[in-house]
Amino acid sequence: MQAVAQTSFRYLPLLLLAAAWEITARLNLIDSSALPPLSHVASAWVDLVRDGELVSNGAASLYRGAIGLLLAVIVGGGLGIVMARWRLLDVFINPLVELFYPLPKSALIPVTVLWLGFGDGSKILLIFLGCMIPVTIGAYNGARGADQALVWSARSMGAKNLRLMWDVVVPSALPELLNGVRTALALAFILLVSSELIVSQQGFGYLIGYLGSTGSYEGMYAVVLTVAFLGFAADRLYQLLVQWLLSWRE
Amino acid sequence: MAGIDDTASLAAAQADISRDAARRLDTVFRGGAGIFSILLLLIAWELFARSGRVTPFMLPPFSVVVARIYSDAAGGDLWINLGQTMFRAMTGFAIAAIGGVTLGALMSGNRLVRWFFDPIISVGFPMPKIAFLPIIILWLGLYDVSKISIVVFDAIFPVVTATLAGLASIDKELIWSAHNMGASEREVMWQIKLPAALPQILTGLQVALPISLIVAIIAEMAMGGYGLGGAMMSASRFADSPGVFAGIVEIAIVGYALIKALAVIRRRLLVWHQETAEHS
Repeated sequence: MQAVAQTSFRYLPLLLLAAAWEITARLNLIDSSALPPLSHVASAWVDLVRDGELVSNGAASLYRGAIGLLLAVIVGGGLGIVMARWRLLDVFINPLVELFYPLPKSALIPVTVLWLGFGDGSKILLIFLGCMIPVTIGAYNGARGADQALVWSARSMGAKNLRLMWDVVVPSALPELLNGVRTALALAFILLVSSELIVSQQGFGYLIGYLGSTGSYEGMYAVVLTVAFLGFAADRLYQLLVQWLLSWRE
Repeated sequence: MAGIDDTASLAAAQADISRDAARRLDTVFRGGAGIFSILLLLIAWELFARSGRVTPFMLPPFSVVVARIYSDAAGGDLWINLGQTMFRAMTGFAIAAIGGVTLGALMSGNRLVRWFFDPIISVGFPMPKIAFLPIIILWLGLYDVSKISIVVFDAIFPVVTATLAGLASIDKELIWSAHNMGASEREVMWQIKLPAALPQILTGLQVALPISLIVAIIAEMAMGGYGLGGAMMSASRFADSPGVFAGIVEIAIVGYALIKALAVIRRRLLVWHQETAEHS
């Protein structure tokens, strides 16, 4: 009971903001097309869910994001760990990672469109390319930090290379690898929404742009808030997953 | 018991030494190998683009892209676009930096401010704030004000969080002794708290800087007009692929230069800090 009271006190400012929004809009302090009342936005949200628009566009977005991120984690994580253990690859690939790391990933949007068009492929490629670098760096730093004594003792006990990777290097790289994935998760949402806003015929970003251009601002606000909430929820769920994955460490 | 400890510490020491030796070898090796591998990539790009396996539309040769950048630079377009993008990204970054540190300091000093902003920051940080771009356009129009606003909106969160974390981890005894010696609240803030939190604040700024550039470019792409992002988007609409690749190379160079510059500033500002001593 006390915990509930504490949590609600903690999040009270968000409720106050929502109330302030509703009142400002109702009193017409701001033009109601620029700021529709929150209650209208909520009913627009219900309509969008009912006629399936939000669900079908949302499914398209989440599909793109999930595939792109999954590829980035597999390829980037693998690359980072191999780089950390294999000097030759490290010497040649690391400068390239360093070169591409500061590249503002949004610059890739027009190229992926040039290569793969307006559909799913270009978004998946964009998310894969953009998210791979932080995962690679996390895996690399983690695997390099693997305790050399552990590696030696595993070797002296006869562990072969692959076995050694899986049993010793990967677990010790895990915390930093998972940190890299968290960065990538946030980046995936940003790249997804912005590429859909700029060029797309489907997805959350497309729906936001479409509703905005037809002047149904209540719907536009509803989709924007949905995307924002999903980004927030994905991060919180991911943190729970990480806690569970790393519970062996204590 | 002591024996096991000894071997463990010996193993750790050996690991340190081998790591240190490897690092030294790396720095000798890497300067050359780094340039070499970048050159290799560019040569591979040129050869692959000319091999006939891809159309010049999909991948124009590197030399064509360089020629394009050169002619854009000579014609002056490059400098106009670059200036616009830098102006938007850097103004947004500066506002986010000052506003973020101020808000962080206020939150750490005042419980009411903290109570109000804490849930907003913690819920807002992981949100994809770029989704709010159409709303900002609706409010502020298509010009610089809305582009800079979305940059500030996106870049301020890591600065606030880093400032809060930095101020929270300060050694309390430092503050107590300053108070004991008669320092005012203001002096403690400027001479003890902010300098002590500086490493973490700078880390926050190092997160915020690439975000500023990413968001400025997205905003330009979505709204059009001058700027590197807008130029890339119009090149893409006219199927002008050398223009698109020129944009990527230009943006990559700008991003690299900005991030290196901030790293150099960090080292300068933190000369007094042990972190700098460890690296040199």
